[in-house]
Amino acid sequence: MSETGRSADRSGTPLVQMRNMSISFGGVRAVDDCSVDLFAGEVVGLLGHNGAGKSTLIKMLSGAYAPDAGQILINGETAHITNPRDAKRYGIETIYQTLALADNIDASANLFLGREIMTPFGTLDDVAMEAETRKVMYRLNPNFQKYKAPVSALSGGQRQSVAIARAIYFNAKILIMDEPTAALGPQETQQVADLILQLKREGIGIFLISHDLHDVFDLSDRLSVMKNGKMVGTVFTDDVSKDDVLGMIILGKMPDQLTQEELAKAH
Amino acid sequence: MTSATDITPTGPAATPAGLLRTMEIDTRMLGMVGALALIWIGFHLIGDGSFLTARNLWNLSVQTAVTAIVATGMVLVIVTRNIDLSVGSVLGFLGMIMAVVQAEALPPLLGFGHWSIWIIALIAGVALGMVIGAMQGAWVAYAKVPAFIVTLGGLLVWRGAAWWVTSGRTVAPLDVNFQVIGGGITGSIGEFWSWVVGAIAIAFIIFGAIRARQQRRRYGFPTKPVWAELTVTGIGVAAVLVFVWVMNSYNQPARTVAEGIVNELVAELATVDGDIDALSPETRAYVATWPEEAGEHIAALPDSSSRLVRVMQRWDGLPEVPRGIAVPVLIMLGVALVMAFLATRTRFGRYVFAIGGNPDAAELGGINTRRILLYVFVLMGALAAIAGAVQSARLNAGANSTGTLLELEAIAAAVIGGTSLAGGVGTIAGALLGALVMQSLKNGMVLLGMDTPLQNIVIGLVLVIAVFIDTIYQRRRK
Repeated sequence: MSETGRSADRSGTPLVQMRNMSISFGGVRAVDDCSVDLFAGEVVGLLGHNGAGKSTLIKMLSGAYAPDAGQILINGETAHITNPRDAKRYGIETIYQTLALADNIDASANLFLGREIMTPFGTLDDVAMEAETRKVMYRLNPNFQKYKAPVSALSGGQRQSVAIARAIYFNAKILIMDEPTAALGPQETQQVADLILQLKREGIGIFLISHDLHDVFDLSDRLSVMKNGKMVGTVFTDDVSKDDVLGMIILGKMPDQLTQEELAKAH
Repeated sequence: MTSATDITPTGPAATPAGLLRTMEIDTRMLGMVGALALIWIGFHLIGDGSFLTARNLWNLSVQTAVTAIVATGMVLVIVTRNIDLSVGSVLGFLGMIMAVVQAEALPPLLGFGHWSIWIIALIAGVALGMVIGAMQGAWVAYAKVPAFIVTLGGLLVWRGAAWWVTSGRTVAPLDVNFQVIGGGITGSIGEFWSWVVGAIAIAFIIFGAIRARQQRRRYGFPTKPVWAELTVTGIGVAAVLVFVWVMNSYNQPARTVAEGIVNELVAELATVDGDIDALSPETRAYVATWPEEAGEHIAALPDSSSRLVRVMQRWDGLPEVPRGIAVPVLIMLGVALVMAFLATRTRFGRYVFAIGGNPDAAELGGINTRRILLYVFVLMGALAAIAGAVQSARLNAGANSTGTLLELEAIAAAVIGGTSLAGGVGTIAGALLGALVMQSLKNGMVLLGMDTPLQNIVIGLVLVIAVFIDTIYQRRRK
């Protein structure tokens, strides 16, 4: 039993609804008529093999791809998201699998990339940005010291905290994390897990994307599973076992349709 | 301020590397300064003391200007993972345009030697340079044609266009005021103003250091120890003082001033069959400002050659005057300041580096990467125009071959100065140093009497070795 499930209140309007989303690349239907939703203070795990379409689906929310069909609602109202800037306006922040940091510039330059603090003279206020970065980084990673180094000199966990700091600094309402712990060691993974719980408590809705069930099972309130561009289904984490979800990922069937032999094969 | 209280200021470390880190001196930059010092001292010893003279260093500073101006722009182009092979040709084309504007188009309208001619010519050149930059930048940023191809095309197109402006004819002489840009006889600011420039630079260095320290204090950030701050600031101030002192140590004999002016006069006299009254009003005004007897002297003399000798004799008694900082060098320093400001203090510069480090991250951060790329090329075009003005003013002519191979020199200067061709890394100061290293090699080899083919071989090898050393350095640091 995870303690995560209780805090989310699913009675009102969902924070995000993605309805019947479809997109094709060169004749291949990467995402085919998929729907998913997310409430405030909720963590939804989006699972599937590599190439299942989960990243593609979520990139339509973050503005990286324009959908061929479908509708996105934020707080119940139709949202028009055609580029990353639009997404940010709706409070959607993304932390990408490939760590969307510019390696050659320092932590605060990355944190404020695209939204720099300026002096009254219209120049970069690096000192003010460093001060803000120190504040937010202290919350996430109190031991962090390398404020002057390019982020290429940081460890995987430190880089991940910079990426997360960037998202939460700008008051994200909806956070998308693509394989947030894939590049991290056990200790750093725990750090990120703690952080996710903290963000949940602050009422932020989080999509966790992963191909590895174990990364997200304990953190998620609900799990949506995709296979071959189609949505297999969405389940409450409290209602299913890891085996059930594994069956969904590999065989593409809901738990109640699975036979015992199929489940055994899925292992 | 929880974040600030637990930070302990870094104390002085005992090792040389630790010392440098405490002073926040870039070891890479230090290595380049060291290499430059080696080159200078080496040439000085081999060349029997001819290299480290005020005269040669003054010349070196002027020779470096054109390459350095272009190299500062090339840094930004390369940082965005692009390249500009067309700058030499663009420079040549713009030089021709500016020459025609000032020597052939404007004088009939405004009168020969009109004060505004040089400004109009320069503005026309810079504006056209920006248009050319925008055209090439649009091909790269919006049409997604690789910059290598676009500017390789530009290399051919603009060199051809440079020939076309006058069908290959060289345009000379240029406007008298415009020539000042090139650092010729009238093209340096003299002793007093050189010290004024030096004083302003020193004031900026000290003020900048104090302000930066105050800012960090205000936010409770760790600051450098006072001794480190004083050392770094002291080095900066000393560098300015030495620079101005050297520039002021190269005297321009009054005689050479006269030589230049009389040569011009003789050339002009030849065109009017020695009839003083037929001289242009500007030249007669010029003569009027001379020591009275010199002017009378020239006017009274019957034939140009003996006239020259006699005038020289009169001027020999006059004292020598320090040249001071050359105007092209001032332009170079001004350009470098503006470019360094753009690169490190503005949004534009921040985005240029972010694009070079991770174009996807920049795009996802909401940066209009294509527009930034376009601006980088527009800037490059403007710099090509400024460099073209300096180069043609120095030659006192617009020739269609001006700036041939300059793109390669600028790229080499940027790369020697630590700009990474992989993108994302580079500094304006490095480009300046790189240009100085390149020009020092050339200058030194000329002093040693080495012929051009051998010079090219040496510079080619140095370029490869410099990048090799830098690669090792980068690998070690990881």
